[in-house]
Amino acid sequence: MLAYIVRRSLYAIPILIGINLVTFALFFLVNTPDDMARMQLGVKRVTPEAIEKWKAQRGYDRPLLWNAAATATNKFTDTIFFEKSVRLFALDFGRAEDNRDIAREIRTRMWPSLALALPVFLVGLAVNISFALGMAYFRASVIDLWGVVVCVILMSISTLFYIIGGQYLISKLWRLVPISGYAGGIDAVRFLILPVIIGVVGALGAGARLYRTLFLEEMAKDYVRTARAKGLAERVVLFRHVLKNALIPILTGVVVVIPSLFLGSLITESFFGIPGLGSYTIDAIQAQDFAVVRAMVFIGSVLYIVGLVLTDLSYTLVDPRVRFD
Amino acid sequence: MLFLLPSDVLVWLLVVAVAAFALYCSRRPHLAAPWARVFRNRAAMAAAVFLSAYLLVGLLDSLHYRPTLPAAAPGAATVYSVEVRSLLDRLLTPLRTRLEKTYSAPLATRLFQKELVQSPDGGARRDFPRLRYGGAQLARESERGRDLAQRALAGAAAALLVWLLAVAVGRRTLARRWPGAAWGAAAAALGVLLAVAGIAAALATAYHVLGTDRVGNDVLYQALKSIRTSLVIGTLTTLVLLPLGVGAGIAAGYFKHRVDDAVQYVYTTLSSIPAVLLIAASVLMVQVYVDTHPELFPTSAQRADFRLLSLCAILGAVGWTSLARLLRGEALKLSELDYVQAAHAFGVSHLRVLARHILPNVAHIVVITLVLEFSSLVLAEAVLSYIGVGVDPSTISFGTMINAARLEMAREPMVWWSLAAAFLFMLALVLAANLFADAVRDGFDPRVRVGAAREAAA
Repeated sequence: MLAYIVRRSLYAIPILIGINLVTFALFFLVNTPDDMARMQLGVKRVTPEAIEKWKAQRGYDRPLLWNAAATATNKFTDTIFFEKSVRLFALDFGRAEDNRDIAREIRTRMWPSLALALPVFLVGLAVNISFALGMAYFRASVIDLWGVVVCVILMSISTLFYIIGGQYLISKLWRLVPISGYAGGIDAVRFLILPVIIGVVGALGAGARLYRTLFLEEMAKDYVRTARAKGLAERVVLFRHVLKNALIPILTGVVVVIPSLFLGSLITESFFGIPGLGSYTIDAIQAQDFAVVRAMVFIGSVLYIVGLVLTDLSYTLVDPRVRFD
Repeated sequence: MLFLLPSDVLVWLLVVAVAAFALYCSRRPHLAAPWARVFRNRAAMAAAVFLSAYLLVGLLDSLHYRPTLPAAAPGAATVYSVEVRSLLDRLLTPLRTRLEKTYSAPLATRLFQKELVQSPDGGARRDFPRLRYGGAQLARESERGRDLAQRALAGAAAALLVWLLAVAVGRRTLARRWPGAAWGAAAAALGVLLAVAGIAAALATAYHVLGTDRVGNDVLYQALKSIRTSLVIGTLTTLVLLPLGVGAGIAAGYFKHRVDDAVQYVYTTLSSIPAVLLIAASVLMVQVYVDTHPELFPTSAQRADFRLLSLCAILGAVGWTSLARLLRGEALKLSELDYVQAAHAFGVSHLRVLARHILPNVAHIVVITLVLEFSSLVLAEAVLSYIGVGVDPSTISFGTMINAARLEMAREPMVWWSLAAAFLFMLALVLAANLFADAVRDGFDPRVRVGAAREAAA
């Protein structure tokens, strides 16, 4: 088992290197650091000295890949590639435009993100499964038909409208919870209820419809027919047999997103003013803070790969037919 | 002077390609049969009518030209404006040019904000001023209700006439040619569409049907202009996604070994980077490029168009991995089949095997994926434009409309009409696309049919 985990993790290394190369190419080869400096300083009336100063402050004044002027290993390490991309592996993200340490920001901001994303994930999963189970129980009836119709309509509405509509109805019209903001500790609940509800409802359509298909596929299998043939009630068939087996693809399918919960949700956080990693990223994109965006791309990818490894492990745990080798 | 933007050219090329594909399908029973199944589906037919209406607006908006400026002196050479307009702009000239000062509610006759108004007796007071165009023909505002009803009735009557004509013509031509399709649903959808369009058009002659925005632009005009942006993003992305996805996926599944390893490595790497962040980073880089190379884009329309196209390219370059994964699996299965092995034994070249045996057999997966992808791309545009990494701020799109309207959420009473317009137009488009995509999937996916048959037997 341990050997399997180690080997599976080793597979992730070339992918991490690939991601690093992609981000490096994206941030430094498409546009030169001079271009970025001009962009940040404003395109017009920018002196070459100002550009040099901007680059020197951020450490972009080195050669890209190979420093011929340096000595020994410094030829490789005193370059933008090493300083800005290889250092990411050591979780050294450098500083943002406002000169704050990005790694520290990430450490403090991941908790509000998690406080929002974890409830959305858990409640959403429960709600989706219940809805899908309901539709599967009443399959091929009016309830099922309308359930699917509602799901398709829910899927067709942009996330933005769920947020705007929710804020308008619940916060502005009914004044039940604050419209946006955040507080630490137990007070956070007041601010989190609305975003959690919106997150769950927004994902309900696609999720419930997918799970309904999974349930129906499971119900077409032979063991279900056997269970019915031996006289079990439909309810028992559904809850004791189908649910248990259909949960395997559902749960292994969601494992991959669990590590990414730390990243939070981009749109929801910025709409509700929650100081998590999602709103941090949005602010960075809008302020064109390349260092922060680069760091978030890297962390997001790492968390996703962790998710992939966990998914493989979860298969081996729930399905005895999958072997470790 | 005709002045096609690069995206126009690509849109029309795509139209030609789709027409060619339709012709190709109609000649081949194994592709014609699934499409016939799709069009027997009532929801799909109704959705297709709505999608065609959107497509019509989008295509009208994809024929750009530069209007002639009035000649400075008689006999002087004709000068063209730097402003680029489309055929749709031409048709909607009244909507485009009748600007108010600022916000006004749908069908209103007065502005949304109080201003200093000169009263007839010479004094000045703060009041809601009358609109320049909205209901300006009314002598007394109390006549508005009657006027609205009259116009709506006239519009509805015209719509009914057009509908009766269309149904009569359709019954003699289309329904005779393809008797199996769900023409009833199509006629009903057309009726709803014509009624809404007719009434809106009749009211739009004298009112702002969906109100005006902060700088007094007609919201209905903006919503209609947004359609092209959505359609371009939903369809042109295909031009990048398709070659990458099909090429990489089939090559991996067919050649296996090293090619497979390489392709798998590339798509695992790409799909590991969270899509939104990858898109955001790429768009930021394009922005830097555009801002540092102003000489490449002489007009603002060209700059906006370049950003629109690069957004499509980025979305395609990020989105091909799932198609490649699906096709790899399918090609892996197909390449082991007897007829492919037989082709190898006869010494048929790889290229020929791919073209004759593999590609036609994965066509259904490609069609299903592309149709399913469309609605998610339309939704993605709104979100990306909201975060500021979508289309150029000067491009009218659902995302930029929502973004502008959101700032007014806090206003009391709320300015809701821009949001409502974007919501309704987007919902209709995405819902129609989703319903159509479902029918396409059901029509093309052999597994679904087996499942449905089993379900029916159970």
